[in-house]
Formats: sequence, C-alpha cells, structure tokens
Amino acid sequence: MTVPRALPAEARAVVRGDRRALAQLITRIESRDPSVAPILRALHPRTGHATVVGLTGPLGVGKSSLVNVLLAHLRSLGKTVAVVAVDPSSPFTGGSVLGDRIRLERDPGDAGVFIRSMASRGRAGGVATATREVVRLLDAAHYDVVLVETVGSGQVDIEIRDVASTSVVVLVPHLGDEVQTLKAGLFEIADVFCVNKSDLPGADAAAKDLSELAGLGAARDGWRPVVVSASARDKTGVTELWTAIEAHEAFLDAEPGRRAEADRRRIANELVELVRDRVAREAAERLQADPSHGKLLDEVAERRLDPRTAADRIYERTHGSSSRTRRR
Amino acid sequence: MAEPRAPTPIRVLIAKPGLDGHDRGAKVVARALRDAGMEVIYAGLRQTPEEIVESAIEEDVDLIGLSCLSGAHMALFPRVLKLLKTRKVRDVPVFAGGIIPDDDAKRLRRIGIKAVFGPGTTLEEIVRTARGIARHRT
Repeated sequence: MTVPRALPAEARAVVRGDRRALAQLITRIESRDPSVAPILRALHPRTGHATVVGLTGPLGVGKSSLVNVLLAHLRSLGKTVAVVAVDPSSPFTGGSVLGDRIRLERDPGDAGVFIRSMASRGRAGGVATATREVVRLLDAAHYDVVLVETVGSGQVDIEIRDVASTSVVVLVPHLGDEVQTLKAGLFEIADVFCVNKSDLPGADAAAKDLSELAGLGAARDGWRPVVVSASARDKTGVTELWTAIEAHEAFLDAEPGRRAEADRRRIANELVELVRDRVAREAAERLQADPSHGKLLDEVAERRLDPRTAADRIYERTHGSSSRTRRR
Repeated sequence: MAEPRAPTPIRVLIAKPGLDGHDRGAKVVARALRDAGMEVIYAGLRQTPEEIVESAIEEDVDLIGLSCLSGAHMALFPRVLKLLKTRKVRDVPVFAGGIIPDDDAKRLRRIGIKAVFGPGTTLEEIVRTARGIARHRT
C-alpha cells in the first residue's frame, strides 16, 4: 500500500500497521494530549471502513467471553479484529483493574488482532469520550471489525449507540421478569439481543420474552431487534450471533442514505459532546482560579444563597469573561 | 488555545508466566496498585512470555510485574526481557515477585529485572518501588 508523505509520521506508522505506534497514540488520546489533534485530522478521511460492533449489558453476563468466541470466529472468516474493552475507574483513587484480557485467547504472533483495555476514567455512560477516537484510529489502521465492550454498568449503559453501528445487548437467563424488558434504556438500544449462558435453565424463557418485546413495538427505524441464544462456554450460537450482526449491517446498506443518516446522528452527538467537554473543563478551571468561588460555596452551605442562583452567577461570570476574551 | 491535559495514571501489566495456579499474590499486588491510583491490566494465569510482551505493547504499559511460584522463574523472566529487547521495547521496566531464592534474585537483577519481591514484602514497599521505577512519560 502506498502511504502519502503528507501524513504526519505517527499517522503513517499507524496506516503501515506499526502496533507500537498505534498503542502509543491510543495512550495519548486517553490522556487528551492536544498534540494528537493533527494526527487524528490527517487520519479522518481514512476512516469509515470498519464494522464497529458494541457489546453491552449488565455486570457478569459474559461480554468478554462472548468477545473471545466472536474474535475466534471472525479470525476463522479471515477478518482482522480490534477489541476495545472498557472497565471502570475508581471514583476514589482513579485506579482500575482492567481484567478483560484474561478471557481473550489469541495467538500473540497474529498481527490480525489488536486488543486494548481502557479505563473509563470517570466518564459516565460506560463508553468513554476517548473511545470514539480510539475506534477511529483502529479503523484507520485497517481492522475490518472493531469490537467495543462496555463497562458492565447495567440499565443506563446506552452510549454505545453513539460509537457502534450495531449494538448487541448481552443478557443471561433470570435477570428479572418480562416487565424488565419494557423498561426504558438498555432494552431500547439493542439491534441484536444475545442471551448468553444458554446452557443454563431458563434461557429459552428469556429468549422468548425478548422476542416478544422485539415484536411488541413498532420497529425502530425499520429494524426489529434479532434475538439469538449463545453459550460462550460451550461455544455455541456464535455463528448465529455474527449472522445477526451482519444482517443489521446489511439492513443499514439496503437503502441508500440509511447508514449515512445513522452516521450523521452519531457525529451530531459527538460534536455536542466535544464542545461541552471543553466548555465544562474551561469553566471548572476558571472556577478554581477564581477566589470568590469559595465565598459563593460558603453562602450556599450557610443557606444564604440557593444553588441555582449561585450557578447562574458562576455561569455569567465564566461565560461573560470567555466571550470578552474571544472578542478582543 | 491548548486544552488542559488530563493526568495520566501509570499503566502496569501484571501477568503470571508459567504453569502454577497460585495467583493470590498477583491479585493482591494488582489491587494494591489499583488503590494507589494506577491502571492495572491484569493478564492472569499461564501467560507465555510471548503473550506478555504482546500485551505490554498493545496496552502501552509503563511497567510490567511478573509473578511466578513454580520455580521456573530463571527460564521465564529472562525470556520476557529478551523478547522485550527483540521487539525494541527498551523503556518499560520489569519487576518480579514469587518464591525466588536470593541467588536467583541477584542474577535476575543483574540481567535487568528492576526489583524482586519475596514473601513478606509490604504492599507499601511494592507500591513505592513501582512508582519509582515506572516509565515516566514526557
């Protein structure tokens, strides 16, 4: 493959398949190193080719084990695969134990596989802001499929839709009665439901409940979620799971503009988030530098001021000063 | 305008090469490093040196901790160091723990293992040493 000289050296290394360069760039994205911006900018036109699949679901349903069997299946089909596995950071110390690699078996000499663990670093929603940029980097590095495994946080872990073109919600038998499946959140985001641990009793009932749920409402954007049963332990249902994911991908391509529209929706969310991130960070910094901030805190704590009024004052102060500096 | 840079936690890979199944020590150390604010990639049991080095590269870690209680440390630990060199990973220090006789510990230090911890080492000492030897990002 020819790599144009115009690309920054690090971007060229990633496109060339340099695994170390790729890993180091991921670290820089994670730590929000501003110097990665030109590299990401240069690589952006080379993205949009990978199939990005998100796996989400409550703690302990077997997401990592499913990723493991999917990985083997995809390699047997000749596809190259990158895995991004997100685990939680401690809100107290910022530390984390990233344990998803334990379940992932792979030949260490296989250049067609790249696995990266990421800590959530305090970002809510299960999928880190940085995840999108990391996924794009892996896309630019020519991986055919990127599997994103989210923090197993449960009901609100729905940001994965903003990252993946197909979202798989992984569940197990006996997670609750069928009313659980009517609740908002996790059950709304699935393109594919996977009932894992189907070797356990109750799996058929769980799959049946989900199928009923999928059949109840109007299909979202014309797609009715597919329900598959699998057992990562017995390695059954993996072909069916991949077939269901591919069916959703084919659906996105079946009508002109469908995939593009889904893309635009994700990008719209991302842009809002990027701006919000930056505004929030700058506001927090200005607040810390502002000596009157402590006084405001005292006033609220002593019940002389209510939080909303205090927030309004902070907003006016930070917002006002920022627009003044811009105009100058 | 430059965006503020988030502080980057130390990333450390904890792995157990060899065939013994005694991973309690590795887990206790993983947890202590987590509580010290580090991001611990726990690779678990029965890792080959090749797997360990590949994980270290993919995870871009600042430090590698190896644990072995089978007695095979003199075969396994030097192999990890050699593979790191082959893969041109020169700036990631390695520390080790397990049942390692003093003479072996000396030899391991001589070939480049930065610290060797035996039974009875306090977690404070391990955390302090890990912080001290971890690669510092510039």
